[in-house]
Amino acid sequence: MSLIEKHGIIERNASLLLVGSLLVVCIGGLVEVTPLFFFQNTIEKVEGMRPYSPLELAGRDIYIREGCYVCHSQMIRPFRDEVERYGNYSLAAESMYDHPFQWGSKRTGPDLARVGGRYSNEWQVQHLTNPRSVVPESIMPSYAFLAKATLDYDTIGGMLQANATVGVPYSQEMIDNAANDLIAQATPDADSSAVAARYPKAVFGDFDGDSQRITEMDALVAYLQMLGTLVNFDSYDAQANYR
Amino acid sequence: MVGAFIMSALAVDDAFRIHMGILTLILGIGVVVAMRLPPPIEGAAHSAGYMDGPVRVGSILTMFWGVIGFTVGLVAALQLAFPELNFGPWLNFGRIRPLHTSAVIFAFGGTALITTSFYVVQRTTRARLFGGDLAWFVFWGYQLFIAMAATGYLLGITQSREYAEPEWYVDIWLTLVWVAYLVVFLGTLLKRKEPHIYVANWFYLAFIVTVALLHVVNNLAVPVSFFGSRSYSLFSGVQDALTQWWYGHNAVGFFLTAGFLGMMYYYLPKQAERPVYSYRLSIIHFWALIFLYIWAGPHHLHYTALPDWAQTLGMVFSIMLWMPSWGGMINGLMTLRGAWDKMRTDPIIRMMVIAVAFYGMSTFEGPVMSIKSVNALSHYTDWTIGHVHSGALGWVGMISFGAIYFMVPRLWGRERLYSLRMVNWHFWLATLGIVVYAAVMWVSGIMQGLMWREYDSQGFLVYSFAETVAAMHPYYVMRAVGGLLYLAGGLVMAFNIAMTIAGRVRTERPMPTPAQLQPAE
Repeated sequence: MSLIEKHGIIERNASLLLVGSLLVVCIGGLVEVTPLFFFQNTIEKVEGMRPYSPLELAGRDIYIREGCYVCHSQMIRPFRDEVERYGNYSLAAESMYDHPFQWGSKRTGPDLARVGGRYSNEWQVQHLTNPRSVVPESIMPSYAFLAKATLDYDTIGGMLQANATVGVPYSQEMIDNAANDLIAQATPDADSSAVAARYPKAVFGDFDGDSQRITEMDALVAYLQMLGTLVNFDSYDAQANYR
Repeated sequence: MVGAFIMSALAVDDAFRIHMGILTLILGIGVVVAMRLPPPIEGAAHSAGYMDGPVRVGSILTMFWGVIGFTVGLVAALQLAFPELNFGPWLNFGRIRPLHTSAVIFAFGGTALITTSFYVVQRTTRARLFGGDLAWFVFWGYQLFIAMAATGYLLGITQSREYAEPEWYVDIWLTLVWVAYLVVFLGTLLKRKEPHIYVANWFYLAFIVTVALLHVVNNLAVPVSFFGSRSYSLFSGVQDALTQWWYGHNAVGFFLTAGFLGMMYYYLPKQAERPVYSYRLSIIHFWALIFLYIWAGPHHLHYTALPDWAQTLGMVFSIMLWMPSWGGMINGLMTLRGAWDKMRTDPIIRMMVIAVAFYGMSTFEGPVMSIKSVNALSHYTDWTIGHVHSGALGWVGMISFGAIYFMVPRLWGRERLYSLRMVNWHFWLATLGIVVYAAVMWVSGIMQGLMWREYDSQGFLVYSFAETVAAMHPYYVMRAVGGLLYLAGGLVMAFNIAMTIAGRVRTERPMPTPAQLQPAE
């Protein structure tokens, strides 16, 4: 009986066809995706990575909500022009606490993987409010409404807790102090030493220039201002982390 | 409905509250409509024969979602050309773009797949749909998923996973609907009156089961609260990226390819009145296609922080994928052997053939773009957008149009379509639209990619990013024109279908017959 004739058996048995198809499609995923979870060298060894501070995490949620990833990547490829334009190529370690990842797939706007610290808070707010007032060629929508929206951080503890559940190393202390840490980071005169100790390199200040309240603009700018700033590249050994 | 109302009242965030309010409203309207419908006819006449109710409604809704999806796409295209057209927060590009992709892939494509699979599986098994009203649950349950996904995007409820943006509660609902879909489809296959399972059904079955697997794994997430919309993906960073593109590429491979190949394998031979070209080829390319597609995901992540071994593996399999893809194309095109003259006389055949031709073109372009050195240029640019649209508008759109043109007169017992001339108009408007769209995106994509990497003689980058954006403007305007043409074709079709259902026949000059087109000998 030839192979083609044997195929007749499958064609007469719907369950066999179902199970056969499922097995065949499982192979690729098992061989290709699952090793990433087990190979030690998938994520480079780096110094400086930490979980997002509560304000940054709230800002990241706004980044996701507004679909920023639709036009902005956060993944610098190891090419001369990209490294000159945006900075050191991105490491897997830099998105190890990103649930979900924000690498993006299209650059209608520039890459944002290392936008942190490149522009002042005032520039960021102005650009988000009216992009063409600072970059005439820009085709970005206006996000002026963020400065008018008071940040809703009732669930910030739960947000940290959910991240901890999926593996981000938030301590109980961080979760318990989430709301206070969020306020302290966005209030210029607050005692921020505890936040700075919990989240090294966090940027403090009144980001949107409105000291009366914490807005969604504060959170988004706080997130943008820390992007790509955590890893210490002076101590990074590219050769040892070659994959 | 009451449950949704309670969820709305208990919601911890505003977006979830509004979303649950919308759900309450939809379900409320659904209940009122259901109560006002005439009671089903009892007796043998009702249960005998094929269950074509969902297929009829599905044909209309496929058209409806098509027009909506193309319109939103046109809006998104115009927003890129004229940023003043962003009306935030609800109608900003960042929220409109997922609305467009989902409206086209899941609302238009998904409804077309469910509708045609119900039609095809009954005719090829000579059995009524399994499960009685379960088919209606699948149908309306899926429409509810679409409504919840779409309203969620505008409210900013998103997981940011491309083509899997809906949040956890909408995902759970889709899982339930999808399992019911599998039960209906497999149940119908099991009670078939034909000894063999026809090849179209292999593709439909593989599509249903694989999409279930992809959907469940890719959407694993932990919600912040059961009364809130936000959740966080179970995976992070590099693992999350590959899981997402394992899903994302196979949404293309199984949703937009395998399912629509099922469509091709039924409607093309039917309309051409010729058997499928090669039985052996269909076996080989079916198994090769479903085996190879799953591996291709990493080509979306070339030169990223994904380990090199995974990138290379993805590239190699993507190139191999060219073969089974063209196996499908050859099997489709060669089915017309001895019937090529129909290309000139039957605009529906012409539509199906151009669909298969675009399928062949996109599945050649795809492997080319998966080569790392090509991808270095094409990634992050409009080239990818053009590639997707030649597949989506050319292949998915055209084969669905062909299937609906085929089904509608039969489903409503009409002798023929309202107008074949209008099918011809639709064909040319759509084809021209795609050609304009794809050509413009090649130019803009390759140009922007080259501008990004251009150095002057002294070793400085020549263009700032903003300059490369400004250079895109004329192409974004032309792209919108291409989209407008395609939308115009869709509107012509919607009118034609509506008139056909209404039982009208247009008085028009008939399409030329083969005899009239006989070349001089």
